Amino acid sequence: MKKLALSALNAFYSKISETKTLIAPIESAGQVDFGVWSEGAQVRLDVLKTVKSAKGAFFPQVEDMVRFHVQGKNIEIDPAEVMDEDFVIFGVRACDARSFELLDRVFLSDPVDPFYAARRAHGTVVTLACGEPEETCFCTNFGIDAADPKGDVSAWIVGEAMYLRANTEKGEALIEGLDDAEDGAVGETQASIRAIAEKLPFGRLNLTGFDGDHLMERFSDPKWAELSRACLGCGTCTFVCPTCQCYDVRDFDTGNGIQRYRCWDSCMYSDFTLMAHGTNRPTQLERFRQRFMHKLVYFPSNNEGLYSCVGCGRCLAKCPQGLHIVKVIKALGVKDNA
Amino acid sequence: MILERVRALMSEGVADRVLGWEAGESAYDRTPAFFNSENLDNLKYDSFCGCNVSKYLVAEMPKEGKIIALIKPCDSYSLNQLCTEHRVNREKVFALGVGCRGKIDVEKLRAMGVKGITDIAEDGDMLKVTTLYGEKTVARRDALLDKCLCCKGKEHKGVDEVIGESEETTVGDKFGMVAKLEAMTPDERFAFWRSELSKCIRCNACRNVCPACSCVKCVFDNPNTGVANKAAADDFEENMFHIIRAFHVAGRCTDCGECSRVCPQGIPLHLLNRKFIKDINELYGDYQAGEEIGQRHPVIDFTKADAEPSVVHQRGGAKA
Repeated sequence: MKKLALSALNAFYSKISETKTLIAPIESAGQVDFGVWSEGAQVRLDVLKTVKSAKGAFFPQVEDMVRFHVQGKNIEIDPAEVMDEDFVIFGVRACDARSFELLDRVFLSDPVDPFYAARRAHGTVVTLACGEPEETCFCTNFGIDAADPKGDVSAWIVGEAMYLRANTEKGEALIEGLDDAEDGAVGETQASIRAIAEKLPFGRLNLTGFDGDHLMERFSDPKWAELSRACLGCGTCTFVCPTCQCYDVRDFDTGNGIQRYRCWDSCMYSDFTLMAHGTNRPTQLERFRQRFMHKLVYFPSNNEGLYSCVGCGRCLAKCPQGLHIVKVIKALGVKDNA
Repeated sequence: MILERVRALMSEGVADRVLGWEAGESAYDRTPAFFNSENLDNLKYDSFCGCNVSKYLVAEMPKEGKIIALIKPCDSYSLNQLCTEHRVNREKVFALGVGCRGKIDVEKLRAMGVKGITDIAEDGDMLKVTTLYGEKTVARRDALLDKCLCCKGKEHKGVDEVIGESEETTVGDKFGMVAKLEAMTPDERFAFWRSELSKCIRCNACRNVCPACSCVKCVFDNPNTGVANKAAADDFEENMFHIIRAFHVAGRCTDCGECSRVCPQGIPLHLLNRKFIKDINELYGDYQAGEEIGQRHPVIDFTKADAEPSVVHQRGGAKA
């Protein structure tokens, strides 16, 4: 375990950024999101939930894939390069850190996504224990310990100091040179985080019946109609979600060629996976159902029971109409959720 | 009181269903919802019902029967505007005006550093907030939604009946921030909007919630238009999207403030609309969209006395 005074954090950021791009929760125009650190940036480690999750560091909202340049009768193909520089993402919470493991199952299974794989290989993840969990947090349902986050380095803030523990070789390289500290220094902080986690209002949801064996029961539940009725179909939930991983590939006409990029897509949208076959999702009911069935039934049935939700609670905080996954779990689940 | 009145109206056969709000899973979650005589007990109306439900009536219009809609004073303007635009058939709606003394914004409480909110109780002008970390007391007016700080007053416009008392909650000048933006240099103003609009994640919540954005299918949702970009191909695009949307609703926007309320990124989108409202007021005389059904707003109306915007611009803003 290493130790760093909070007052020395800025110098630490500065040192990291000499050799690597540093991504951290930064305040800009009143909102805190992960962004590239530069001298003078306002890092907000006190803010528990960035608006968007940390997934953008590995799976950005928009990225170029290839460009086509047309000259006369020739088409020149210019594939986008995959990332080849190391970077550090700092201040990731335990829930977002779990989401990387879930995204790995999608993007690193065959066929491997080269853009994502390169970012994962070049990224060093520094996680931060959650000092004060919010009422919207429910990571406890998914076996996530907010007091002991994973990542290459785990960090805790205790009083005026940050304690850091390397979990991997990448992590060790990042924090070598910092002062040594006692391993037990964060024990009390961990205990108090876990005590709060025990009291979370949605901390113990009953997920019985959300699995592949009960797929048709969940799918056919008549409650979807009322649950989805107020949904605006805005896709805010999908864009702030750390585990939503659907994307679209689009062509932008540059005038003398094509810029082909991919961008986050949302199953809440009417043209999502719109195809010439006959099983599109015509109304918000089907779109809404898809999002939750994917996270709570389809994904676990393909991934040894692992839910595609990490309980970060961003959808609880951000849905403009108060619809979210906890409401769905309680409405569709077994009765003792009430 | 509201529940009793709604139940009485239903038993009189005034309507067969109700549009209002229901309580969610947390102390402050309120979701727009429809009720019939069987689930009417779930109807909830309190200080967290900030959402404007009027647009939900559009989807109800093809259906049989009449619907009771719970309408706050500011929502009544949206309802009237939707009727003016023939998106809602007023004859199919019983507009029950409900009292409002300003609605609470949980994000404001969070911004004050109140964490882990498990309960919020109202005690006159104060809020008693129970959290995972103890009790907190906050002045109610400090936690109001931004739109309530530019309240349209306590009068419901054109509703069928009013139940409950309302309070005017305006603080400061509605056009204060617009005037401040107008006073900036073009470079400063550009920098302001770039920093705000660059936060946009193109979720389209502003468009989807907006009662003036009532197209059955938006051009940006239509893959055949060639402009249906889900993300910006270049980073200026989302800036233009919001400016164009504001143009599109100019004259029809009632300043209901839902765009800014729903924005997950806290972009003050209502300022774009207010700039248009201010310009319209200055060029054509004070105008409030949605004040009554059947208004012709100045942008689509012509009178010989109309100021010509380009001429006014040449005169440096003087109308005559």
